[in-house]
Amino acid sequence: MTDKCDIVLDINGQQYRVTIEPRRTLADVIRDDCGQTGTHLGCEHGVCGACTVLLDGDPVRSCLMFAVQAQGRKIRTVEGLTRGTDLHPLQRAFIAHHGLQCGFCTPGFLMLAAGMLERNPDISDDALVDVLSSNLCRCTGYENIIKAVRAAAAEMRSAR
Amino acid sequence: MKPAPFSYHAPVSLDEAIRILADVAPRDGRVLAGGQSLVPTMAFRMARPAHLVDINGIVELDRLTIEDETIRIGACVRHAAFHRDDVPGPTGRLLRDVVRYIAHYPIRVRGTFCGSVANADPASEWCCVTAALGGKITARSGAGTRTIAASEFFQSVMTTDLRDDELVTDVALPLLPEGTRCGFAEFSRRVGDFGIAMLLATYRIEDGLIADPRVGLGGAEATPRRLAEVENVLVGREPVPETFAQCADVAAEVVAPLEDNNNTIAYRCGLVHTLTRRALEQAR
Repeated sequence: MTDKCDIVLDINGQQYRVTIEPRRTLADVIRDDCGQTGTHLGCEHGVCGACTVLLDGDPVRSCLMFAVQAQGRKIRTVEGLTRGTDLHPLQRAFIAHHGLQCGFCTPGFLMLAAGMLERNPDISDDALVDVLSSNLCRCTGYENIIKAVRAAAAEMRSAR
Repeated sequence: MKPAPFSYHAPVSLDEAIRILADVAPRDGRVLAGGQSLVPTMAFRMARPAHLVDINGIVELDRLTIEDETIRIGACVRHAAFHRDDVPGPTGRLLRDVVRYIAHYPIRVRGTFCGSVANADPASEWCCVTAALGGKITARSGAGTRTIAASEFFQSVMTTDLRDDELVTDVALPLLPEGTRCGFAEFSRRVGDFGIAMLLATYRIEDGLIADPRVGLGGAEATPRRLAEVENVLVGREPVPETFAQCADVAAEVVAPLEDNNNTIAYRCGLVHTLTRRALEQAR
């Protein structure tokens, strides 16, 4: 049973049939086998949050689960944030508030914030900062990331 | 940074899981629950299990039930479940307070209460809660089911009374009576880091005096435990700063802290002193 297994992953509504070893993490399979390289891998042990994706709407570290465990679940990555050519409010806010510098941590921050705000745009400011403390930005651009997420939250609240 | 190969088993019933575990446990088989501690350990290749028995597909383990003044937390119940107000009364408020200290939100979405207890990391908040409240751990194997008291369960750093072929099916916690006051204080260097010390205090007030106190210590020693010496100070005393100050002195005296590169014994004793007072005052 160390043999490879055939699985189907649902990423951003598209089905990917892949043949993988059980030891492959979800992050690696999303990138290497499904070609969706927007999801970044930083620390590969659950500390940095760069690989955050949504699993049935909840933010998870995709380096801390195996791809075989994600069968039958809906996976959403940064590629799934846009609607056609329209950027997600979070993406627009990150541009407007200079929430990204080198951009490596950005997909993780976007998916973390998207998971929280789409469930609860009324999240308190303190709770928002607490949630964002989950991910690391080595450019230390935290102030602008927080500004951007606050702005997107306000926009998502008023759009309801 | 990539886990070593293993055989993957995904049982869909508890019986099936127990059968597979009985078969693979002697051949370095391990249970995979939330994986938020096991998977990083495998990524570092500090753990190289030959078999993983993934219990995430077992619906009957994903249950949190309340009956007979007891909360029964099934093996697949995630940390994040405790953000919701499913658990009533003082225990519910306590669990909602404590869960905020466990790593970060995305980790809480996957990690499980029982997995944390089975892993027995000294810095685990749930281990501290289980020890302080006198929780009971239910373990099942091919040989049957047994219930283990928290005081027997935690044996050393990441070492428990569990046998390799046993699966923790649930942890039971008592529902504290209405009117019980609870406090929890923890110190870590950054939000979400491993706690260096944590204190949990609960007590009731009867005729203005402290009754039925529980004081649990986690993070500082090899295993979480109740501090009977501190509880003895509290019984029948007024909940005033002088009482709590005396408790802090006693706690710092009786603790036998772990020492590591960043935390000397004296430093941890100091933390235990401060946190004891904070937890008791928070409960007031």
